[in-house]
Amino acid sequence: MKLSEHFKLGLDAPICLTWELTYACNLACVHCLSSSGRRDPRELSTQECKALIDEFQRMQVFYVNIGGGEPTVRPDFWELVDYAVDHQVGVKFSTNGVRIDRARARALAASDYVDVQISLDGATAEVNDVVRGPGSYATALRAMANLRDEGFRDFKISVVMTRQNVGQLDDFAAIAEEHGAQLRITRLRPSGRGADVWDELHPTAEQQLRLYEWLSANGDRVLTGDSFFHLNALGSAPLPGLNLCGAGRVVCLVDPVGDVYACPFAIHREFLAGNVREPGGFTGVWRGSDLFARLREPSDGGACSSCSAFDSCQGGCMAAKFFTGLPLDGPDPECVRGHGERALATVGAAPRSDVDHSRRKAVPLQLTFGPPAVVPAPALRPCDPNPLSGFEVPR
Amino acid sequence: MEFDPDRPYRCSPALALRPEPFGALAYHFGTRRLSFLKSTKLVEVVRSLEHQPSAAAALVAAEVLPEEHRTYLAALARLAEAGTIEPRP
Repeated sequence: MKLSEHFKLGLDAPICLTWELTYACNLACVHCLSSSGRRDPRELSTQECKALIDEFQRMQVFYVNIGGGEPTVRPDFWELVDYAVDHQVGVKFSTNGVRIDRARARALAASDYVDVQISLDGATAEVNDVVRGPGSYATALRAMANLRDEGFRDFKISVVMTRQNVGQLDDFAAIAEEHGAQLRITRLRPSGRGADVWDELHPTAEQQLRLYEWLSANGDRVLTGDSFFHLNALGSAPLPGLNLCGAGRVVCLVDPVGDVYACPFAIHREFLAGNVREPGGFTGVWRGSDLFARLREPSDGGACSSCSAFDSCQGGCMAAKFFTGLPLDGPDPECVRGHGERALATVGAAPRSDVDHSRRKAVPLQLTFGPPAVVPAPALRPCDPNPLSGFEVPR
Repeated sequence: MEFDPDRPYRCSPALALRPEPFGALAYHFGTRRLSFLKSTKLVEVVRSLEHQPSAAAALVAAEVLPEEHRTYLAALARLAEAGTIEPRP
């Protein structure tokens, strides 16, 4: 049996576990996969986080990808990183760089078991800040300079590929080289707030081809989280990496309140496998959840099974289909043969997650000048508490 | 350094092995590299390296079939290149 066949059946513990420590974030990126912003009051406590790390150690989850929200805004963040490393659980954390000052960069450079990933979605401030917010490019670049200057080698620069930045791939590679860092590019998913901007941000068919060609030429020195396997049908040679959807098989997400989802891009009730606060803990969820058992069953490819490209693309990304309203056993919305686009033309409303921690938009205060309009006060009712009831009031 | 089947080897001290149905996952905490040991026999060989006078002797001790030695030595060479196993002082 090929290794990938084993992976489809699931492993005793995940290979790639993403742990989002908080929904709190200082930024409000338009494509945030977890709709982060506000802290959830039910967030796992420091003690609960440590108990979870103990469990990861027992299961031999060798490393976790910590994200958020912005994980470094948790006051116990560095304490938890140290605790994980002390318990043979390596850490790679994703950050927008807000807390990576010189002193922190120095401390990080001294640790062998901690890796840092700085998010950057444009090689210029113009392209980046439209997506990640004003000042976010400068924050990321400052953090990267601090890491470089303190001797942190091979940290990661993580870019979500969009219509606006595919043309900057060589510039991103140059920025990575300048900082002694490694470039990581991943696919934009219509998850979280990503659903709101997917139509405008996801790369065009022509850009997908350029992206594929660029990856074929440069793939050995660029990380992708194996997220572009839906492009494999564009050429004869598959892109390096695991050519399969790992959701619930080798990948999962633990969210800030302990909910376990099949993958980081699938924060929706439909993909909720359980919670680490349940008696069986994370182990019980990973090994016993009905959802994960279903995801590990062999699938026949559904509508895609008759397509000659199915072996290369495996039908693409589950989350991308789900959040664009496509059936899970049909084509990916970005199917390179165009089947997704045709299918999209026929679908109705896409499902939305009810997990949303976006900061509430401030309602701009309307100041009006000029002569006040006269509006009637609400009609008089018995016991009306409005003292102006029945009067005409200017507004 | 080139892999030499006649030299003694061991697992890297920064290595963790996790048994899986297909063999094992090997994670190197220093290089953060994950490798896959694609058979239980290979796992047995890798674990036994440090008690054997050479990599080749480890294959014999684990009763790897002679016709498979080349495949196993190639796998060990890749693991040495990745730092999963290393020459024993």
